[in-house]
Amino acid sequence: MSEVMERPMTATANATPLVTLRDLSVRFVSRDATMHAVNGVDLDLGAGEVLCILGESGSGKSVTLRALMKLLPRSARVTGRIEVAGRDVQAMNERQLQDFRGSDVAMIFQEPMTALDPVFTIGQQIAETVVRHEGVSRTAGMARALELLELVQIPSAKRRLAAYPHELSGGLRQRAMIAVALACKPKLLLADEPTTALDATVQIQVLLLLRKLQEQLGMGVIFVTHDLGVAGEIADRVAVMYAGRVVEEGPVAAMMRGPLHPYPRGLLGATVHGGMRGQRLTTIPGAPPGLETLPTACSFAPRCAEAEPACLAGVPAPRSPVPGRSARCIKVAAG
Amino acid sequence: MSASPATLPAPDRGGPAQPLLLLSGLKKHFPIRGGLFGATVATVRAVDDVSFAVRKGETLGIVGESGCGKSTTARLLMRLMEPDAGSMVFDGEGVGQNAQTGGITLKEYRRQVQMVFQDSYASLNPRLPIEESIAFAPKVHGVSASEARGRAHEILAAVGLAPASFARRYPHELSGGQRQRVNIARALALQPRLILLDEPVSALDKSVEAQVLNLLVDLKAKFGLTYVFISHDLNVVQYISDRVLVMYLGQVVEQGPVEAIYECPAHPYTRALLASRPSMDPGSRRTEPPLTGDPPNPINPPSGCRFRTRCPFAEGICAEREPVHSALGGGHEAACHMAEPGSGHSQAGRLAA
Repeated sequence: MSEVMERPMTATANATPLVTLRDLSVRFVSRDATMHAVNGVDLDLGAGEVLCILGESGSGKSVTLRALMKLLPRSARVTGRIEVAGRDVQAMNERQLQDFRGSDVAMIFQEPMTALDPVFTIGQQIAETVVRHEGVSRTAGMARALELLELVQIPSAKRRLAAYPHELSGGLRQRAMIAVALACKPKLLLADEPTTALDATVQIQVLLLLRKLQEQLGMGVIFVTHDLGVAGEIADRVAVMYAGRVVEEGPVAAMMRGPLHPYPRGLLGATVHGGMRGQRLTTIPGAPPGLETLPTACSFAPRCAEAEPACLAGVPAPRSPVPGRSARCIKVAAG
Repeated sequence: MSASPATLPAPDRGGPAQPLLLLSGLKKHFPIRGGLFGATVATVRAVDDVSFAVRKGETLGIVGESGCGKSTTARLLMRLMEPDAGSMVFDGEGVGQNAQTGGITLKEYRRQVQMVFQDSYASLNPRLPIEESIAFAPKVHGVSASEARGRAHEILAAVGLAPASFARRYPHELSGGQRQRVNIARALALQPRLILLDEPVSALDKSVEAQVLNLLVDLKAKFGLTYVFISHDLNVVQYISDRVLVMYLGQVVEQGPVEAIYECPAHPYTRALLASRPSMDPGSRRTEPPLTGDPPNPINPPSGCRFRTRCPFAEGICAEREPVHSALGGGHEAACHMAEPGSGHSQAGRLAA
């Protein structure tokens, strides 16, 4: 694991990190094919830190997130070390996982309508979590549910306790799901594109709410998104994934100003923003590689304008030109 | 290529000053039935008195949040559903009337107006190789099979898919970006004058989105097209549009040239929508959202101005009277009492030109 040793520790990760991922690999094995979804991911998250995993569809970002909670289906072959709050997630049995999920780590999803149970009221769903994990009475659970709905800024919270998910608007449903996730004050919140399905004026409300709650409760957050703007609004650090690997990692401001790796550089150039009218958009030619074969070289090389024969010699190791930043590209100067 | 009528682009009839498409007073209400005898218990006012013009050669962007009626407008524009009220005039000819009375038949209208949908997979027939999908419409319009196929190959090359390797593929053998190129090719097959793009890049990854946007810009110049571009992505609309229409709860609240809308938006909703865009610069983070709450339900829209329930400037007059579209100069107009001098709002006329 020489790659791991090269990685500089970030300032926040100096204390015991909340999340440690080492050489995480996930393959989905079926009779016809093996999909290499995640191919050796190393990540650290300090307590109270917000990390955005940025990537396009098929980059392995959601699979990485689900592996942290051991939510992957049986067909998934997971290898590597996954530690959350000092516990080895891979070694836990079902019973331990039940205690772990909800109290140490909670997750919010893109579609609240499928994540919430349609036949129970919002209040019942929050209270159930509190009763299960803290062993309090149902009345106390309901009282906590009311507090939580107020915490996530749902107007007329008392009335909304008795509402079913379908009776709420998209933005309120997303807030209700956040309330369920926060019910037992998790140390780590995992968010899988929670604002992607929301309208623009509602998305910014939910993003600001999540940032405020994160500061208030001191949670660590891993936020998966494909939207650079969302990362700009919420992240402390960003990890950019491509074809199952983290190709660049670093503080958000530095990454947005000047990405080290050609892929995020291309992504920033291809993202339409104000003041680009009349200009030709820079594009990344081609499409991401298939996942059927394990890449033996830089996965981005076939689409990279700066590729040279040396890029195909092997998978580039992370190089770190400045402390706290790293990129898997042979053109980046090693620090 | 022979001079078969359906392979020739339709000639310009009304001259450059005549808008390509003129919509006025368009309405579409969907009844909600309930109760024992299926009586109408409520009405969704999906599109409520929408009027606008699409000028020849421009790209008109339509933005708005879900439920604002932009997709219903697209379906009315394509005549995939009949409007309850209102008229449509295409290059000086009434749509859906017969040719003797100076109109244009629906079949001829749909040859000149084509649509590209958001879901690139659902909008292609999974059992047809893509060249057959592209050649289908020209065949319906009387082009011979071999000529239609030849034309399909030309268009595939124009959208950047080499016919030799792609023509016989099925939709599931293509990536999302490639499928969207096929949909664009199919829309082009009849040599239309207007293409309606309903969220064409929303389902694509960013790196592919830029490729498709560049292609759309190229095709517009090459074939002399006019676009109506519907999207919820304000940055994409700003990039591609010449004029922009902002919709809220089934109505047009503001329209004008793209610079006017993005640099001096007049309607409070447009301003909030623009301010809601996430910023890629972590240095300029906000603490307060520009708007609170969700868009109201279009079943029972608020009286007067529909935005008043979320508007920071709402006053008594806003609940009493619906605002009219006030001109602000240069084709920029907004439906807000603050834009109309003497409307009774305390800040009336402040925005007027």
